[in-house]
Amino acid sequence: MFRLKDYICVQSLEQGYELLTRDKDNVILGGLLWMRMGRKNYHTGIDLSCLGLNQILETDDTIEIGCMTTLRQMETSPLLNQWFGPLFSDAFKPIVGVQFRNLATLGGSVYSQFGFSDVITAFMALETQVQLYQKGLVLLDNFLSMPRSKDILEKIVIRKRAIKTSYQSRRMSATDFPVLSVATSFCDEKWKISIGARPNKASLAVTSAGLLSPEPDADLIGVACDSVVKEISFGSNLRGSRAYREILAKVLVKRGIQEICR
Amino acid sequence: MQITCLINNREVVQEIEPDLVLVDFVRSLGFKSVKQGCDTTNCGLCTVWVDEKPVLSCAVLAARVDGKKVTTLEGLEDEAREVGQFLASQGSEQCGFCSPGLIMNILAMKTEFENPTTDQIKQYLAGNLCRCSGYEGQLRAIKGYFQWQRNGVADEIG
Repeated sequence: MFRLKDYICVQSLEQGYELLTRDKDNVILGGLLWMRMGRKNYHTGIDLSCLGLNQILETDDTIEIGCMTTLRQMETSPLLNQWFGPLFSDAFKPIVGVQFRNLATLGGSVYSQFGFSDVITAFMALETQVQLYQKGLVLLDNFLSMPRSKDILEKIVIRKRAIKTSYQSRRMSATDFPVLSVATSFCDEKWKISIGARPNKASLAVTSAGLLSPEPDADLIGVACDSVVKEISFGSNLRGSRAYREILAKVLVKRGIQEICR
Repeated sequence: MQITCLINNREVVQEIEPDLVLVDFVRSLGFKSVKQGCDTTNCGLCTVWVDEKPVLSCAVLAARVDGKKVTTLEGLEDEAREVGQFLASQGSEQCGFCSPGLIMNILAMKTEFENPTTDQIKQYLAGNLCRCSGYEGQLRAIKGYFQWQRNGVADEIG
């Protein structure tokens, strides 16, 4: 368990950022589920819980999800289900248990850029932007490749589109980290394929998705699946070898596309 | 730092360390039904409700429950006894160490589902690990409990 010398529930993002940058050992507190596994000594824990950032809001063109929104809120949100189908429900249900998902926050899950993240994999398949306090609005894809710096993820902004989605993952046991996760979407005649737990952080298979027609036949799906393992780099860890992940990727991408076509 | 919260509908005002976790906080106050199990947020033994939602108290800073309502098994004694009878009738309590966390989550599930399916039960309780029972007895007990809640009788219990 980590240690904290001080805890402050800030009253504004400005106060939070000022505290965050005041001391290298000050830290933003998310759901704490991963952070508590460490033994680091922090100075001040900065809590954003008092800022009302635990809401899922709809604007004319977007859905905005505050950084303190829990995975369980997203999993059970009728609004997200209405716009993005069962994507979030399917992606988040296998994450440990309800009690865990009532704590895990969107901000903690995305800002930490975990390689195993079901959350990032799912969001990558949508038109997702990340609102950072300092750097402003950036595409999720760009955010994942930006150098790490001290900032605050305020919210996620997703463009509302008529979209079909599918989420596929393979786990060694029901509530474990995924060995591989795949989110697929189809919108405006274009496909998106997001591959996570490679075991590196999620990445889009842009070229492979571009091979697909709006209604691909089995041969074309096979070509795209073969292309995915050439386009995306996979690796090995305790949960699976690179070779196993490459085989899994073909299967999960195929299932995702077929589910959307159905 | 000082926090004020309601634990089982009793106001508690307490000086705490900033990094004290809720499981240690409530146990220090005598609510010993809350168990510390895996300490890695996986087993569900430390389940309590914060503002009526089940959470893992090993991953909640006590500082974060300032102004909130915390419920442990001691605050749901009557309902817990009912669930416990169903678990016992199926031989699924065995060592009993996981039972408080499991019962807290069963009762949380009851607030969301009136008649949960087998899949819904399995999904909702996936975060409650038991190393004795193999889960089948628990599943029978839970189905029986919900049936009894609806109809006043339960086939599984006889």
